[in-house]
Amino acid sequence: MSIYKELSSKPWEYRAPTEGTALESAFDLAPEKVALRLFMVVAGVIFSLVGVTYYVRLDLGDWVPLSDPGLLWWNTGLLVVGSVCLQISRNAAFADNRAKARSMFILSGLFSAAFVTGQWFVWQQLTAAGLGVNTNPASAFFFLLTGLHLVHVLGGLWVWSKTAFRLLGKADLATVKLSIELCTSYWHFLLVLWVLLFAALANT
Amino acid sequence: MAYVPIADQAQELHDPHSFITKYVWSQDHKVIAIQYGGTAIMVGLVALCLSVAMRLQLGFPDSFSLIDPSSYYQAVTMHGMIMVVYLLTALFLGGFGNYLIPLMCGTRDMVFPFLNMLSFWVYLLSVLILLSSFFVTGGPTGAGWTLYPPQAITGGTPGSDGGIFLMLVSLGVFIIAFTMGGLNYVTTIFQARAKGMTMMRLPLSVWGILVATVLGLFAFPALLVSAIMMTFDLKLGTSFFMPAIMAAGEQLDYNGGSPILFQHLFWFFGHPEVYIVALPAFGLVSDVLSTHARKNIFGYRMMVWAIVAIGGLSFIVWAHHMYVSGMNPYFGFFFATTTLIIAVPTALKVYNWVLTLWEGDIRLNTPMLFAIGFIFTFIHGGLTGLFLGNVVIDLPLSDTYFVVAHFHMVMGVSPVLVVFAALYHWYPKITGKMMNETLGKLHFWCTFLGTYAIYLPMHYLGFLGVPRRYYAIGSTDFIPASAQTLNENITIAAIFVALAQILFFINVFWSLRSGKPAGGNPWGATTLEWQTPDTPPKHGNWGEKLPVVHRWAYDYSVPGYKDDFIPQTVAGDFGVSDDHDSKES
Amino acid sequence: MAIAVVLVLLVLGSLVFHFASPWWFTPIASNWGSIDFTINLTFWVTGAVFVAVNLFLAYSVYRYRHKEGQKAVYEPENAKLEVGLSVITAIGVVAMLAPGLFVWATFVTVPDEAAEFEVVGQQWQWSFRYPGEDGVLGTVDTQYISEANPFGVNPDDPNGQDDVLVKDPVMYVPIDKPVKALLRSKDVLHNYTVPQFRVKMDMVPGMVTYLWFTPTLLGEYDILCEELCGIGHHVMRGKIVVAEQAEYDAWIDAQPTFAQTQAMASADVSAGQQSFAVCASCHGQSGEGNQAMNAPKLNGLQSWYIERQIKYYQSGVRGAHEDDQYGAQMAAMAGMLTSPEAIRNVSAYIAQLPATESATTISGDIRNGERIYNANCAACHGKDGAGSWATDAPNLIGMNDWYAATQLRNFKAGIRGAHPDDAYGEQMVSMATAMRNEQQLADVLSYLNSLQ
Repeated sequence: MSIYKELSSKPWEYRAPTEGTALESAFDLAPEKVALRLFMVVAGVIFSLVGVTYYVRLDLGDWVPLSDPGLLWWNTGLLVVGSVCLQISRNAAFADNRAKARSMFILSGLFSAAFVTGQWFVWQQLTAAGLGVNTNPASAFFFLLTGLHLVHVLGGLWVWSKTAFRLLGKADLATVKLSIELCTSYWHFLLVLWVLLFAALANT
Repeated sequence: MAYVPIADQAQELHDPHSFITKYVWSQDHKVIAIQYGGTAIMVGLVALCLSVAMRLQLGFPDSFSLIDPSSYYQAVTMHGMIMVVYLLTALFLGGFGNYLIPLMCGTRDMVFPFLNMLSFWVYLLSVLILLSSFFVTGGPTGAGWTLYPPQAITGGTPGSDGGIFLMLVSLGVFIIAFTMGGLNYVTTIFQARAKGMTMMRLPLSVWGILVATVLGLFAFPALLVSAIMMTFDLKLGTSFFMPAIMAAGEQLDYNGGSPILFQHLFWFFGHPEVYIVALPAFGLVSDVLSTHARKNIFGYRMMVWAIVAIGGLSFIVWAHHMYVSGMNPYFGFFFATTTLIIAVPTALKVYNWVLTLWEGDIRLNTPMLFAIGFIFTFIHGGLTGLFLGNVVIDLPLSDTYFVVAHFHMVMGVSPVLVVFAALYHWYPKITGKMMNETLGKLHFWCTFLGTYAIYLPMHYLGFLGVPRRYYAIGSTDFIPASAQTLNENITIAAIFVALAQILFFINVFWSLRSGKPAGGNPWGATTLEWQTPDTPPKHGNWGEKLPVVHRWAYDYSVPGYKDDFIPQTVAGDFGVSDDHDSKES
Repeated sequence: MAIAVVLVLLVLGSLVFHFASPWWFTPIASNWGSIDFTINLTFWVTGAVFVAVNLFLAYSVYRYRHKEGQKAVYEPENAKLEVGLSVITAIGVVAMLAPGLFVWATFVTVPDEAAEFEVVGQQWQWSFRYPGEDGVLGTVDTQYISEANPFGVNPDDPNGQDDVLVKDPVMYVPIDKPVKALLRSKDVLHNYTVPQFRVKMDMVPGMVTYLWFTPTLLGEYDILCEELCGIGHHVMRGKIVVAEQAEYDAWIDAQPTFAQTQAMASADVSAGQQSFAVCASCHGQSGEGNQAMNAPKLNGLQSWYIERQIKYYQSGVRGAHEDDQYGAQMAAMAGMLTSPEAIRNVSAYIAQLPATESATTISGDIRNGERIYNANCAACHGKDGAGSWATDAPNLIGMNDWYAATQLRNFKAGIRGAHPDDAYGEQMVSMATAMRNEQQLADVLSYLNSLQ
């Protein structure tokens, strides 16, 4: 039933009961997926709000553009690979190929961990170049945005590590399938977010 | 792939085995609800004491004042922040939301019980961090609950040493807790309703809580972002919100930031926050009114649409808090218009509450009295909102006691009356005992009349132009000495109301031991939570089988039916829709 | 049943309260009568709704209260009624909003002929700047702010040289001429409010905001800060005088221009030394004070503070209260300094005297004193108690504790600081209440003693 139809129905009118015992749900999805999508929207709101302040602050007259470290391109690559690995892992999981799903899943985490390390190096480079968090608004936003993104990546890695342990152990593929799927969606989200951030940070 | 897990399990995974897992590290939504509600009420009592301290200073500055200027501003700040965020938000969503969503939707628990438990403990942590600011050097922040920079983090404001930092951290932690809870509430409502419980068969309580939670999920990020950025300004020396300014004759190491930017972010959270508190109250009071008027809620569909519309509109009115903030004055046209548009769905809700009583069979018991009291105070508070929303009237009235009176009426007194209505209404389900009616009614009269005695005169202080957030009025050429008489009376009324709350606590604890047994459905209500096999409901709520829903939540006094209510679980068409032409087959 | 009666009584009571209330807007003194009109319109529209809906509510409760055998009517909705009510509401809302928006449109468009002046807010003082003869305000920047240039006027901007600077929190505007206030803050948010003019606007550091009005009634009105600005928020007061053009012209001519303040010759310390001979008879040769004669220690005080106090004694702002017998003695002595230069010179002389020790006569709980001092006093007088030109707060360290105690008691009793022209004293009248009793007063003073 469409949302509009549902909202405009007259609930006091008698409706013959339907067959079966299934619960009522608004979306044909596992609740974890609904919750994750909702969370991604919330995270999206956080980043959009920082984004808006970024563009407002950009116009306030004391902006000194940052030259973006080349390392960021490498880091972007790491995140892309991480995301691709997860997608392969997910597809393997659906094809019931446990070994492939496991190896690609582990690999994606390692690449993402490398991304975290890479971002850390970028911060070191900037600080070494005399661009601290309080040097100018551009550097402040750089640290803030990359930092916020990193927190989200680390949160993802925490969930990833729990699943990874289960995969390394004897867990049945069927029981971790959902986790792999969730990680995959979240990683794609992190990647898209990063690309948008990168574009915004590079384009000043 | 619809949601099935819990219903299919004979024994739930998190079935409690010991006292600790049953009452402390509990994953049962009902226990978590009580933990949430209890914590919120405790911290609310702290805020209540702070308000008494403020009122004593304002009413009797020379004889009964307990506080100095510095602690006055700290009390103002902590009172406001605690009441809005840590009491009302937590109580309505963490408390009532947790208790009622699974019961009203007909499920065994929240879909993520562990996350739900975590949400409470993280919330408790945020409360402890907040309260710890009372014990650090310099005390809690005195920046006002709006925490406007630059003053929030510069030396002329009390608590700029540690208080403001703890406040910002506590808010961040609270938002994490809220997000964990909020994702849970929304997902549960969307994905795990009992068979037959369509969205439009949900009681309005669930609708109010649902939309408020969605608002919270989208609005709290703005507070989170502003808190993080202000923490950067405070601790790392960035200049997001800090322009070049002086302090004690020295130029501070800031440059170029925008204080107004913070205000936009803050109110982008702050205005929806009003509705995060109000919408659950709207929902709960609708159910209380309908049950005790023995009549269906009038205009259910428009009530739902109004909740959704108000929720949506609440995101495009925020700058009406900033008419005199120095933002581009042309924004005033837009925000005054959107703000007054909100009045229409809100007014419709009021009409429908009153029309629910019309041609009802009204039982004037304690919850009903509180609900009717709410309609009165909400009409009052809503109408004064039309003053402040109209940009030009805001010029003389903003930052005066008119604002204080308005928002206390509309989001202090009104929601609190609903909280009491709801507690008296659902207490029998929570504990299995009835509350004492005599004490309850006494509590109602003291609270209702007392709060009106506080806030009606306060509007007139505002008309006079008495500024808010003043430790002392001092001497002016426009405030007559009689204003002090008004202040004294307001203080007396405030202390009276504060003391009257003791009646409530006596009632809660007395009834727990000695209240009359309530039975499963003492009010003759239709909604699912009153149809549980046990009262109070046991872990898992529904015994062997989940309920199946056959009708909407408001089949009261259906013509031709033997009782004056038909529970949602009762199957069958009783000819109700004969009066209405469109019968689906 | 009772609730229905009470609802009716509350409605009637609210009406009675309103009509009997002496508390209403202070009489308007500007052109913004249209704002008052919008308020009244809104008041009557919403008042009618308040009465109507609540009486209907009360009647419903009364009429349909539970009776044996009564059954409620089953009516899920009445779309026509609901839509109708919404439409009526919408019409009422438009009726209130539309005039409001028109008035707002006039508020945001400043008339071309409006004369500009600038209001500068800081914790917790007002000061004002007028554009001078060229009619243009000079540029300002935080980096130029110093003791000698508290307004931060750009010294290289020719437009700023003739700017008229008003350091005291009293400003004048001519009657019946539209004026535009440019609002600026040096530190935190403030808000420029004159209740009689009905308009207000925040002052935001880093930007300039504005409002405009035409004063229409001669008189002197309070300026209040109405945006929480820290601990001294409630004592940030100023005055605005609406005067005839001639009086306004005379006043503004008497105020210094920026160029004049920069060119002022430094004080003549040796001339001050000669004048000080009279003072020394009570206050001691090196200004060390003499408790037996109730003469406080003077060395250690800043020259601007001494200068201001002498002027206050001369003009009766200080020492004129009937219970202030020592103040009366000082007021008589202050009269011997006949010119502003003489006051400046003697103040400068005293300020450069080497600080002497002063004996401790009061003891209390130092830690409690520290808490009270840091929470309430330090914001102006500094954590170190040395005071600051920026907050117009004098040094407190090494001064006579017995004298400080007397003065704090005088502030609390309204003997000092209650004069309408004592803007800074008024702040102390309120802040002195931070010391609730004699014990707390002793605690704070002993803490100050410990800082010596």
